[in-house]
Amino acid sequence: MELQYFLLLAAALFCIGIYGLVTSRNAIRVLMSIELLLNAVTLNLMAFSNYLDPMVIRGQVFTVFVITIAAAESAVGLAIVLSIYRNRDTVDMEQFNLLKW
Amino acid sequence: MNLAEGVQIVSLGVLAFLMLATSLGVVLLDNIVYSAFLLGGVFISISGLYILLNAGFVAAAQILIYVGAVNVLILFGIMLVNKRQDFTPVRNAWLGKAATAIVCFGLFALLSTMVLATAWPISSGPIAGDAALVEIGKHFFSDYLLPFELASVLLLMALIGAIVLARREFLPEEMVDSTDEVLTLPERRRELTSTPRQ
Repeated sequence: MELQYFLLLAAALFCIGIYGLVTSRNAIRVLMSIELLLNAVTLNLMAFSNYLDPMVIRGQVFTVFVITIAAAESAVGLAIVLSIYRNRDTVDMEQFNLLKW
Repeated sequence: MNLAEGVQIVSLGVLAFLMLATSLGVVLLDNIVYSAFLLGGVFISISGLYILLNAGFVAAAQILIYVGAVNVLILFGIMLVNKRQDFTPVRNAWLGKAATAIVCFGLFALLSTMVLATAWPISSGPIAGDAALVEIGKHFFSDYLLPFELASVLLLMALIGAIVLARREFLPEEMVDSTDEVLTLPERRRELTSTPRQ
């Protein structure tokens, strides 16, 4: 029964992350919400690795890969936010219309 | 994990409460510095959950990389973008928030019914436990060798890309004039650097 606890916890974290991703107006808070989403996914992977595949633990390997990608993603994301802040002088998501048509 | 069943349940409950409370704080608090520090709380409680899931190595990696690198990087980003501005209010902003909240609750309901309705094939075999580190190393250098090497290339690309994106090409005009000051790091226009200084 414990697997379900972890999966429900990861689902709740994922939904909180999506809420923050959509509603927050500060660009850095959007990056933090993306980290929450990635952590929800890795929590799922670790739960599956422990309960369904405890000897071969492929889930932990994938979690390490996801952590690596998350570190790279946050570095590039913060660089993009800094460069947008220099050009537009704001971090308000409502005023970014760079990719609108 | 050699803990008793009750200890595991209690620590799971405490960690789950901490994780949900801090992640709600990350999303809902107005001050973004508080959000960044609470994000560290989320990462630490998730690493506690990893320890409950018999994965000590990944828990340590989580703390090292997320709290030590990503969270510090986000704090640096907040300090570099320290514009104290009040966002101009958008009309009917509560409508968007309410709609998003409804969609998120619906998604959570969908996911939880799926989780509870599925009959998971729970394995009752032996658990790797402390030998997990050896297993991860074997995976990295046998069947996941190509993703492992690609990850190193990707980290190098992200490093160079972040430097190229965040590098300031030139300073604004009023700062260019005062570059003869000592102990400053002049980053002048490229055409200025090529000309000899008087």
